[in-house]
Amino acid sequence: MFALRRLIRFMVSLAVLVVASFAMIHLIPGDPIRVALGMNAPPELVAQRREELGLNNPLHEQLLAYIQQIFSGEFGTSFMSREPVGQIIVDRLPNTLALGVLATLVTLLVAIPLGMWAGIRTENGRNRGTEIGFTSTTGAAVAVPEFLYSIALVVVFAIGLQWFPPAGREGVASYVLPILALSIGPIAMVARLARVETLRELGTDYIRLARAKRLPEFRLYFRHLLPNTLTATLTIGGLLLGGLIAGSVLVEYVFAWPGLGMRMVESITQKDYPVAQAIILVYGAIVLVVNLVVDLILAKLDPKSMIKES
Amino acid sequence: MRQLLRTATGVIGLVLVTLTLVIAIIGPVIWGDEAEAVNAGAALQGASAEHWLGTDHLGRDIMARVLAAGQFTVTLAFLATAIGTVAGMVLGLLPVVLPRRLGRFVTSAVNALVAFPSLLLAMFTAVVAGLGARGAVLGIGVAFAPSIARLTQTLAASVANADYVAAARLLRVPRWRIATRHVMPNIAEPVILNLTTVLGGSLVAMSGMSFLGLGVQPPSYDWGRLLFDGFARIYVDPVVAIGPAVAIVAAGVGFNLIGEALARSVARTPARAKQGGRTAKAGKAAGSQPVEGAVLDVKDLTVTFPGAVTPVRGLSLTLMPGEIVGLVGESGSGKSMTANAVGGLVAYPGVVTSARMRLCGEELTELGQAKRRKLMGTSMAMVFQDPMASLNPALKVGGQLSEVSIVHQGAGPKAAWDRAVDRLGHVHIPDPEKRARQHPHEFSGGMRQRAVIAMGLMGTPRLLIADEPTTALDVTVQRQILKLLREVADETGAAALFISHDIAVVSELCHRVMVMYAGNVVEELPVAALATDARHPYTRALVASLPDMETDRDKPLASIPGHQPSPADVGAGCAFAARCALATDKCAESPPLDRTADGRAVACWHPVISKAEVAVP
Amino acid sequence: MKIEGMTVRFGAFTAVDDVTLEVPPGSIVGLVGESGSGKSTVAKAVCGLVPYSGKITGVDVTRVQMVFQDPYASLNPRMTVAASVAEGLRLPRAARDAEVERLLELVTLPTICAGRYPRELSGGQRQRVAIARALGAKPSLLVADEITSALDVSVQGAVLNLIRSLREELGLSMLFISHNLAVVRYVSDVVAVMQKGKLVEVGPAEQVVGSPQHDYTRELLEAVPRLRS
Ligand SMILES: Nc1ncnc2c1ncn2[C@@H]1O[C@H](COP(=O)(O)OP(=O)(O)OP(=O)(O)O)[C@@H](O)[C@H]1O
Ligand code: SF4
Ligand SMILES: [Mg+2]
Repeated sequence: MFALRRLIRFMVSLAVLVVASFAMIHLIPGDPIRVALGMNAPPELVAQRREELGLNNPLHEQLLAYIQQIFSGEFGTSFMSREPVGQIIVDRLPNTLALGVLATLVTLLVAIPLGMWAGIRTENGRNRGTEIGFTSTTGAAVAVPEFLYSIALVVVFAIGLQWFPPAGREGVASYVLPILALSIGPIAMVARLARVETLRELGTDYIRLARAKRLPEFRLYFRHLLPNTLTATLTIGGLLLGGLIAGSVLVEYVFAWPGLGMRMVESITQKDYPVAQAIILVYGAIVLVVNLVVDLILAKLDPKSMIKES
Repeated sequence: MRQLLRTATGVIGLVLVTLTLVIAIIGPVIWGDEAEAVNAGAALQGASAEHWLGTDHLGRDIMARVLAAGQFTVTLAFLATAIGTVAGMVLGLLPVVLPRRLGRFVTSAVNALVAFPSLLLAMFTAVVAGLGARGAVLGIGVAFAPSIARLTQTLAASVANADYVAAARLLRVPRWRIATRHVMPNIAEPVILNLTTVLGGSLVAMSGMSFLGLGVQPPSYDWGRLLFDGFARIYVDPVVAIGPAVAIVAAGVGFNLIGEALARSVARTPARAKQGGRTAKAGKAAGSQPVEGAVLDVKDLTVTFPGAVTPVRGLSLTLMPGEIVGLVGESGSGKSMTANAVGGLVAYPGVVTSARMRLCGEELTELGQAKRRKLMGTSMAMVFQDPMASLNPALKVGGQLSEVSIVHQGAGPKAAWDRAVDRLGHVHIPDPEKRARQHPHEFSGGMRQRAVIAMGLMGTPRLLIADEPTTALDVTVQRQILKLLREVADETGAAALFISHDIAVVSELCHRVMVMYAGNVVEELPVAALATDARHPYTRALVASLPDMETDRDKPLASIPGHQPSPADVGAGCAFAARCALATDKCAESPPLDRTADGRAVACWHPVISKAEVAVP
Repeated sequence: MKIEGMTVRFGAFTAVDDVTLEVPPGSIVGLVGESGSGKSTVAKAVCGLVPYSGKITGVDVTRVQMVFQDPYASLNPRMTVAASVAEGLRLPRAARDAEVERLLELVTLPTICAGRYPRELSGGQRQRVAIARALGAKPSLLVADEITSALDVSVQGAVLNLIRSLREELGLSMLFISHNLAVVRYVSDVVAVMQKGKLVEVGPAEQVVGSPQHDYTRELLEAVPRLRS
């Protein structure tokens, strides 16, 4: 039941996303083609591009054509490189996904144990040193943007120590720095969340009862605490994974990673609207799918979870 | 402000932000000219004594440019924050003002947008609004709006659902007045706190946009743009990227740390002392001998929290096998704290001391860790007030029972499971095989409490501690649980400490009653004496104030004036003196708990001895 | 006041099922039942806080006031006692202060409490502030929803006495809701018993308690813990 409702919400969001990405070009003030090609562009070229995008047709026909295009996997042709946009996406999407999925895994594997450890250590205000150290370090780490992590990592490990390649995607070593850059911020964020949730769970009666049963610590923490902390953290932290996907845009840019993000930035600066439009649509869809999957997993893990009610 | 300075985080944040703001204010005035000074001869230099951070392609000093760019960067961040905040607050408060349906639509739209990463929203807006500072500021403002809206919304909704708002509605207080007097003041603080964080976030996001070339365009420049310029040369001259990068980090981190320190200072309750540990330390056993054969024998139990908060003060307690002892008293008298102390569950800043703490003849504080664990794990069972919260929601009920056997009795999983099913059946849970495989949320409240009791029966319970086990239940279910508790006590011969604020419930179940007031036992009496023959003025008043099915409806109910002193305010003398009708000067001295030959005890200088008793010695 | 055929549904769940109940002027009607039986929903519906079907007659619905269970949550933590009590008063400034004082006196609160904040009062005192606030609106019906269940017995008596004296002195009609039969019996003239959204028995207090007609009422009565002597 919940899954169905959630699926419907996903479809609605997707529809809104499609319309929004379609509307993007039309929302640009003035003639988008003129904006893209500049004032001095030859009139024939402008006319040809208008024709290409179907801008001369009535709006509803344009929308229909746009939706048809999406279903056929075509997205028109790039203004600049004249490649088919669909091909660009097929070429680059896997690289972006690889980065995103790996960084997500690293984030969860590092952040949740870290946060739980900090939570257990600082329960009831014990070990204030750890608490202050943890909260200020993660607090600072959260505030530093991915692109600065990227630059710092490049400067130190690629240019300075020359341990890893500074850019491009070649071999396993080339993955290390981008994944690090992409996951440090989210690790700090998720670890903080995990700590707060751990502290909350530690204060519950069922933990009190488990302690009254004198369970050994590893059993208390791994069997009783972990599943609850995990679901509680993901309930709030699931949204962050969408943000991680977006963060990859900047990281790709710094590392000249041949993914969608890199291409998106180029297309926006070059006003290559068909490409920008398609990539934004793809990114949006990825985010929606990620959120859908997180919600469904949570509903499975925690049958009476809050999201079901809302 | 003073609170900010109390933590290292706050101090660092404050220094960083002050530095950023100072540079933003004076930067262009002092370094503005130098930043624009073109010197073709010195183009693209690295770091030198003259140009600490090198020069750009027109030979302009990068250091000066970074310092001069502060103002523009910070201004853009403020603008974006302002846009985001205004849009977010409006969106967030709309559902309060709009008709229900429309309000719900806004809410779900905001929820959908929150799930959307702000960077994507910002890029979308930037495409539409055009490349440049204007588009980027607008984009970032728009991108931050949903999360601010959501924060406002949740806060406003929680306040709008508060009883005091319902009361104001009933009083026909106009809507705008409810918004200004009730909703706004109660949400302002968290929203403002959040602003610092948003400010740091927009500064960083704005820099990100400029860094991608989607924000500020030349000849204007902000930190992000300077980083963009420097980035192109990073492989040759990494130093040229350092200036803007450090500036962005300092400002971003500064705002975030301040936000954090502020949030912490709001959340934190007054200072705690440094000392404290959770292990019970035995004081000097003051001469007296342990009670032979007692299941639980506690003497001079004291629980202290930092700040001279002493919820339990020198309490003594002895339970013989098969005995059910009730502990009653009003809220805050220290009943639960006593239970926690006996169960070894007092949390960190609390310190538990006792002259004696013997369970089944073993002094707990002298027992080795492993032995204590096993003894307490198998021979002591606890039941808490809220059955909904006492079972782990993530684990099957059967598993939560069987682990007791696995851990303490070395049973195999199968044997332990079988025993769990058997115990569930024992507490009259129908179809125990099926129930054992279910999760707690599939159980009703009464059934969960049964399951918790069954958990205590997994070992060989000698002592059962039940802290208000029926308070959260309906009277009919309460009756069943009381019956079960008695059954369990009779059958296992275990002693039980039954805690309740309701003397009627205690009188139905227990053999002996201990009345607690302000952290101490003031009277100990057999249950038969409770109704008419209590000796302590507090016990008598408590009994008198309880309405029952025979209370005379034409007379006013008795009640006790004033209230119980909080654990930090209990002074010398009788703690009840301020509310006691019999108090005299003598009561300024603390009355000892005097034990009489009939096994009763009372702590009062002027105990009430009923006439009947005096007449028949 | 009369409630006729009141039904409240939350989605597919029927919280209150065709309840008909009369509150004669100047009398206190007690409503008992276990958790989830729909008592509080009746209260909210009478106050117009949840939508319902059915009719309420014989009362100006804009002059129904309510006192809530948790006095900690029903007072705005940022408003003084005087400000809270003054909220419902439509009076010029000078008259308002005098009225606040009169109301506080009515609920036997010392006048020095006027300038205090809720956190500086005890539970019983807070509940009295809430009652004073409701009285300020000159209610034609006062709905009291579990007003003593968050209080200790030692102060419960004072609040119950206040409720009874208000009826005597002001002739207030009241719907008094509680899960505690002894309390309901003590304050009410008429007792109504609810089970699973339905009203199963209504009658004069002594009669319902003394010779219950419905099985469920009997079951409830038997379950009430009694002080053994
Ligand atoms: N961590 C703590 N720090 C300081 N004081 C505390 C702490 N925990 C509890 N207290 C205080 O100890 C006192 C006794 O609390 P306790 O929970 O034992 O009361 P109780 O008799 O069980 O009350 P109730 O009937 O409400 O459950 C209370 O006044 C409480 O404020
Ligand atoms: S010692 Fe004094 S004040 Fe305390 S209860 Fe006895 S008579 Fe009252
Ligand atoms: Mg308690």
